[in-house]
Order: sequence, then C-alpha cells, then structure tokens
Amino acid sequence: MLEVIAITKRFGAHTAVDGVSFTLAGGEVLALLGPSGSGKSTLLSLIAGLEAPDGGELCWDGQSLLATPTHQRGFGLMFQDYALFPHKDVTANVGFGLRMQGQARAEVASGVTWALDLVGLAGFEHRDVNTLSGGEQQRVALARALAPRPRLLMLDEPLGALDRALRERLLDELGAILRRLRQTAIYVTHDQDEAFALADRLLVLRDGRVAQAGAPAEVYAAPANRFVAEFLGLKNILPGVVQREAGRATAQTALGRLPLGQRDLQDGAAVEVVLRPDGARLVEAGTNGAGSFKLEGKIVEKSFRGDHNQVLLAVGDHRLSFNFPAAQTLPAAGESLSLTLGPAAIHVMPAAGAETPTTVTPHA
Amino acid sequence: MDTGGTPIETHPGGVVRGADRPARLVRLVTSPLALALPAAVYLGLFYFYPMAAILQASFARASGGAGGAGAAIVAVLESSATFKVIAFTFYEATLSTLITLAVGLPGAYLMARYRFRGQGLLRALTAVPFVLPTLVVAAGFNALLGPQGWVNLGLMSVFGLPAPPINFVNSLAAILAAHVFYNTTIVLRLVGDFWSHLDPRLPAAARVLGASRWRTAGEVTLPLLTPAIAAAALLVFIFDFTSFGVILVLGGPTFATLETEIYRQTVYAFNLPTAAVLALVQLGCTLGLTIVYTRLSRRVTVPQTLRAASETRRPLLCWRERLGAGLLVTLLAVLLITPMLALAVRSVTQPGRGNGPGAAASGFTVAYYQALSTNPSNSIFLVPPQAAVGNSLLIATTTVLLTLGFGLPTAWALAGRGDASRNNADRRRLADGLDALLMLPLGTSAVTLGLGFIVALNRPPLDLRASPVLLPLAHTLVALPFVVRSLVPALRSIRPRLRQAAVVLGASPARVWREVDLPLVGRAVLVAATFAFTISLGEFGATAVIARPESPTVPMAIYRFLSLPGALNYGQALALSTILMLVCTAGILAIERLRVADVGEF
Repeated sequence: MLEVIAITKRFGAHTAVDGVSFTLAGGEVLALLGPSGSGKSTLLSLIAGLEAPDGGELCWDGQSLLATPTHQRGFGLMFQDYALFPHKDVTANVGFGLRMQGQARAEVASGVTWALDLVGLAGFEHRDVNTLSGGEQQRVALARALAPRPRLLMLDEPLGALDRALRERLLDELGAILRRLRQTAIYVTHDQDEAFALADRLLVLRDGRVAQAGAPAEVYAAPANRFVAEFLGLKNILPGVVQREAGRATAQTALGRLPLGQRDLQDGAAVEVVLRPDGARLVEAGTNGAGSFKLEGKIVEKSFRGDHNQVLLAVGDHRLSFNFPAAQTLPAAGESLSLTLGPAAIHVMPAAGAETPTTVTPHA
Repeated sequence: MDTGGTPIETHPGGVVRGADRPARLVRLVTSPLALALPAAVYLGLFYFYPMAAILQASFARASGGAGGAGAAIVAVLESSATFKVIAFTFYEATLSTLITLAVGLPGAYLMARYRFRGQGLLRALTAVPFVLPTLVVAAGFNALLGPQGWVNLGLMSVFGLPAPPINFVNSLAAILAAHVFYNTTIVLRLVGDFWSHLDPRLPAAARVLGASRWRTAGEVTLPLLTPAIAAAALLVFIFDFTSFGVILVLGGPTFATLETEIYRQTVYAFNLPTAAVLALVQLGCTLGLTIVYTRLSRRVTVPQTLRAASETRRPLLCWRERLGAGLLVTLLAVLLITPMLALAVRSVTQPGRGNGPGAAASGFTVAYYQALSTNPSNSIFLVPPQAAVGNSLLIATTTVLLTLGFGLPTAWALAGRGDASRNNADRRRLADGLDALLMLPLGTSAVTLGLGFIVALNRPPLDLRASPVLLPLAHTLVALPFVVRSLVPALRSIRPRLRQAAVVLGASPARVWREVDLPLVGRAVLVAATFAFTISLGEFGATAVIARPESPTVPMAIYRFLSLPGALNYGQALALSTILMLVCTAGILAIERLRVADVGEF
C-alpha cells in the first residue's frame, strides 16, 4: 500500500506539486484527474523516483521509499509516448524488466508470452517496434510495464495519442486487464470519461494541489467547488446566499429562491449553486413536486447530440444549458420552455475561496 | 513507522543516496566542459599553433633581405602573379558553383517532390563521388577524356586520327567538369532533403488564395528554400575554392589557384614566407565563407515544420513527367558514374599500339595490377607501391583511433544529455562555440594545414618531423569535423525518456548505458569510423606537403605515376586509383546502409 504524505516539488520559482497527500490500497485503481499543468505527471515522476521531492514523505507498506533509487522500487510506468526501445524488437522490449530482475532465460520467455497474450499481441514477438501502429505500440508499452509484475503500475495518459474509436476499445480492455490482475494502479488523465471508467477512486488536481478526492460517482454527484464542477463539465453555476427558515434551507440567487433540501447549511453563507443539466424535467400540467423549482425561459439554441438534445435557455440575463433525452419532443428555437428542477438537480458548493467541502455546522 | 533496514533521512534538500561521491565524480567528468577539453587541446596544439606559426613565417624576411617584414608581405600581395592567382581561384570557384547549381537543382527537385523506382539506389550512388579522393576523380576523368582516355582512343580508331582530337585535360573545362562531378551531390542532398521536408500545404494555401504556379514558386517556395540553396552554394564554393588534386592533375601546370600555388611555393620553390602569405589570404577567405555557412546551415537544419518525406512525395504521373525524370536521371547517372566506370575499365585494358588500321589488338589485361606488386628496376621509387598501400592502411587506422578518441567526447558535449532545464543556456553557448571551433579545420584548406605542420612542428617542444604520427595527426584534423557531425545527431536521438523507461524497469545506471546508449551510439560510431577511414585513405592535400618520399601513401603514389610518362606508369596509376575507388565506394555504401537519414548534415 502506497502512502503519499505532503509531497512537494518545485522547479525554480514554480511549484509543480504542493503538499499532495493520499493513500492507495492494494488492488485499487486511483485516477489523477486534472488539466495540463496541474502536476499530475510530476507526481508520477516523484513516485517512480525519477525526480526527488523537495519535501514530504513517500512510503510503501510503511517503509520510506525516498532513499531507494528508481530501479529498485519495483514500480511500473507506462509513458504517454510509450518510449519503446527502437533498437530492440517486441520480445526484447517486453522482456527488459524481467531481465533486469535477473530471471533465467526460460522465465523471461514465458513472462513475455504471458504479457503479450494479456494485451492481445500473441505472435508479435519478433516484430520491429518502429513498424507497429499506434494501438499496437500502446499495447507493447503496456505489456512491457506489466511483464515484471510490478507492485504498482503507473499510467501517464496512455490513450492520449490514439483516435477516438481506438481509445474507447482500449479503455475497455485496459479496465478488464487491471481488474483481472487486481493490479494496484495510478492512472493519470485529463479526460474524465477515462477516469470514471477505470477508477475506484478519483483525485482531482489543480495547480499542484488536491481539489477533491473520492469515488467517481461521489465526486460527480457532489463536486466540492466550482473548479471541480466546471472541470467535470457541469454548467449552470450561480452564486447565491443561504437563507434558513424553519429548518429548511434555500439559496437566494439571481433566478430566485432555490430549494436546497435538508442539508445543514449556515444561514448567510455564500455558496455556489449548480443546476445539473441532466436534472431538468418538462413541466407537466398539474404536477409540481414538493421542493421543486420551476424555471421558464426562451430557447436560444437547440442542438442534437446523439443520445440527447442540448438546449440553451435564456432566463432573464442568464444563459442556462439543459439536456433532454433525444426522444422527447421540444419546442423549436425561439419559443418559450418551462421546466422544473427537483432537489437532486440542485447542488450547492461553498463559494470560491473556501477549498474544503462544506462542513456541517450545528445551527446555534 | 517501521523503517526496516534502509536508513532514512527526509530533509528538504532531497534524497540521500548511498553512492553520492562517485556519482559526483562521474558528473564532473561528463560535464560538457570536461568532455570538450580533449578536442580543444587537440585543436590548440595542432591547428592554432601551426596557424600561428604560418603567421609568424609570413613575416620572415625574404631571402634577399631588402626591406622590413611588412614590406615582404606587401610585395607578395602586390605582385601581379599573386593577383592573377587569387582572381583565377575566385573565377573557377564561381563558375563551378553556378554550373553545379544548374545541374543539381533540377535533380534536387526530382528527388524531393517525386517518388520513383530506384530512387534509393540513385541517392546512395550520388554519395559516392563526394568521398572519392580527388586524385581518383582526376584519374577517372583522365581515363575518360584524357589523351589516352576512352573518348580519344575511340575517336582515333573510328576516324583514323593520328593524334588525340579532344584536348580536354589541362583545360578549364576539365577542372569545371570534375568540380561539378564532385559537388552535385551536395546540392542534391542539402537542397533535396530540405525540400522534401517542406510542408506542401504552404504552396497549396498560396494556390487556394489565388497565386498562379509561378507566383507560388517565387513568393512561397523559393524564399523557403533560399537558406538551403545558399548553404549548398556556399559549401560548394568553399570546396571548389580549396580544390587541390583536381587543379593539379586535370588543370596541369598552366593553371594556378591559391591552393596549388601554396603547394608549389612550399615543395618546389622552398619559399615558405611567400607560401605563408598566400596561406593567410586563403585562410581569411575560407574562414569568412565558413562562418557565413555555419550561420546559414543552422537555419537549414531546423526547417519551419518538418513533414515526413513520405507525405510530401508523389509518384510520376503523366508521360511528360516521366520523360523529364528519365532524362534527368540519365544525365545524372552519366555525369556521376561514367568517369569512374571508365577508370575501372581502362585499368584492365591495354589499348592497341600504333594508329590507323593494322593497330595491335587491344584487350583485357591485368598487367598494370601485376606491375603494382613488383618494383621494376627502372622505377624511381625507393619503395614498391605495395608499401604505399601498407602505409596508407596504417595511417588510416591510426586516424580512426585518434578521431574517435577525440571526437566521441566532443560529440557527447555537443549533443547534451538531454536533461531538461538547468544549465541549458550555458550548454547552448558552449555547444555553439565548440561547433564553430570544429568547423575551422573544415574551412581551412588541406595544403594550408600541411604547411602549418611543416612550419610549426619541426622544432621543440613539438618536433614531429620524423614522427610517423605526423600524417595521422593531420588526417585527424581533416576528418574530425565530419566525424563529430555524424556522431551528434545519433547521440541527440537518444531521448531521455528511453533512459527513464529503462531505469523504471529496473536497470541500474551502468545497465542503462549498456542497454540504451551503447547500442544506439554503436551504429553511429561505426559510421564515423568508416568516414574517418575513407577520408584518411584518400587525403591528398596535406599529405602532398607533409609526406616524405620514402614513405608515400596511395594518393602520393598515384600522383607520382600520373606525372611520369609511359603507358605502364599510366596504367599503374589507373590500377591503384581503381583499388582506392573500390575501397572508398565500399566504405560509403556501408555508411549509407548503416546511417539513419537526417536532414542534410555536412
């Protein structure tokens, strides 16, 4: 099990990683999600030992790793650009780690066969790596990292260089392999789809710090702040102020008073409210669920996105974006539209400046 | 927490490693300054010191004594003879360059923009003339167009002429033809490679915006190509300016360039001060040209957007294109291959004696080759030609060892280890300085180098007059720029990522070096070694000045044979030239197979 404790790395005046802490249990897949420049790749380099941290501690099973040189850490790293050895064929590449472990030739050969079977490249043993396609190179890189059975596998945006269809397919295969091997892994990406698909736990990074940590579903359902919400693609974020009346909390926003359900929030607290795009329902005559909020506006733009229609609604001065299932008939652009938002569709986060999630404050 | 067996010290400074002191020593030894030191010392001793000695010698009083040191220099410079020599040198170099461009640019266009069968072979063959020793080239043209050459013999027997009708040798035409033969490949390579990597979308964008074909060529393609064309033209000019063997053998005694004049003043007139002044003039011209070339070549080796050549080439489509390509390829093949073919064939042919009908039959013979291994009593040699071959091989081997020994650390310093950031600015400056220093011998004519050796290295502390290492030292100077330039791209191609991948997979630092660096560099070292070997084998300019008559090299032997009358001597010259040509050709073809294509590195 990996423990990262307040790891810090500076390059000159720029702090790439600023006091990041997390733990990783055996068999778990952790996704590091963040925009470019957020320090994800640097963090991998620090864990692998390719860079030395300026502060903090790194432990495996309770023992510090900082004094162990890279080639003795027993970790695996799959690079974004694969970094296959151009002067060695597939077998020599994949068997490299096993040879460094000092294994006998027969073991190396069987290890190579196992790894190539695993990634679906049986028969590629003597191919020249320079002649392989992008997808094949990616698989050889994966096989090379897996063959020595590392106790931790790190993947640095491994699908970044591939086209969409290939990426989807390899994503599924990768997930299957990691699960089958029960491999402890850290997966670095800027693509939330990949992170959601593979990860048991998610770490969102921003400017070298952890913006939020949790299971993918939790993070998506309850982003901790505006940055995480926007990074995950959630729109319709409005500032507001909490008002408590008779045990129920509402947020006063420019659109009106939004019901916040039974959450414990401090009266007068500044918050940001997210209206989830997929949480809107068309108004049906007569129904008006308790705790729902009704919204009316004019359709500015309507675009077909495959499995859903995306509607840009003008409400007063605001532009809000909502998604409706493709099968649902909607008014044309220029017409007005009424919809309701249930309590599940309204999510509240602390206003920018407060990085920690909303704490439960007993109401005085 | 349980710390187990490994001692831990977590402090803000970073990681404590057990093996710290040896690592620091290694880092010191492999720092760019330390790596560049051997080459710098070498250049200091065997280039700058001799050049300074030339400067000093040019101030020596002329034997005659009248007037001060300065007056002696001025006298040399002012003499009309010197002026004529300098003027002719510029004249022949300019003319040669223009003709080379005229022949080479269409060829470059063909190689860059089109894809056709046999392209690879043509490309490899065009590299051969460049490495052939000048004497071999001269002998080849002689064999084709000389008084006893194919064309003349053929015309004589066909038309029954008493004397060779074509007076080709000892003419300006011969010099120009040989120069074009030599240097076309530079234009083909430098311009062609650069052209093939240019983004074809740029002229396409111009066409879409409304520019006609000619407008596009003039406003888009030509400006983009200008650095490459200028660099190629400059390099060709420098080589033509310092051309020695061709002028000496094909031009004959009536033509004098700076180079041949320096040689004659040194070896025949024993007039070192005059030779030194001429050498200074030549040095000034070539150094100035070389500096301009280095600036230009930097722009050439980093084109705007590098596209893979496979993307930019298209096959020959219409019959007009095919015809044009066919003609051009034929012309290039004729120009570049025929002289060498003539040489080889002529070396095994005995022409008929006498003229007109009834002449004795000509036929295949190995008499010339046989004569090489014997030493007929009427030979003025003190040693048989076999010994010349042995000398050349020994000198070439020593040269390879010296160039690799000095060249590898230098190339390492120039290539950098690819570590990110840190001392990048300092490293770049050091690399630029070192690069400029290394180009100096390239820009100095071989004869001048030889003269420098004679003038400087004949007195303590470096009295190497009688030393057998004198020639290898000179050859190393000539070969070093080529060796370093062929090593640097290979070293640069070792991405730091590859080392990182190896380390993460468990390779210790020594193992990384053995598994990643060494194999990738090994090929380049082989290429560099072959380069050095072939350059040394064929070197003539410096050798002509330095070598002692009792231990000649193969080019010296060829030259002696060529300047002696008689069919047997001529035949032996051809035979020896053919052997040299075959060895050099094998070397360059091996280099082509081993080398990874890069964007025109000369």
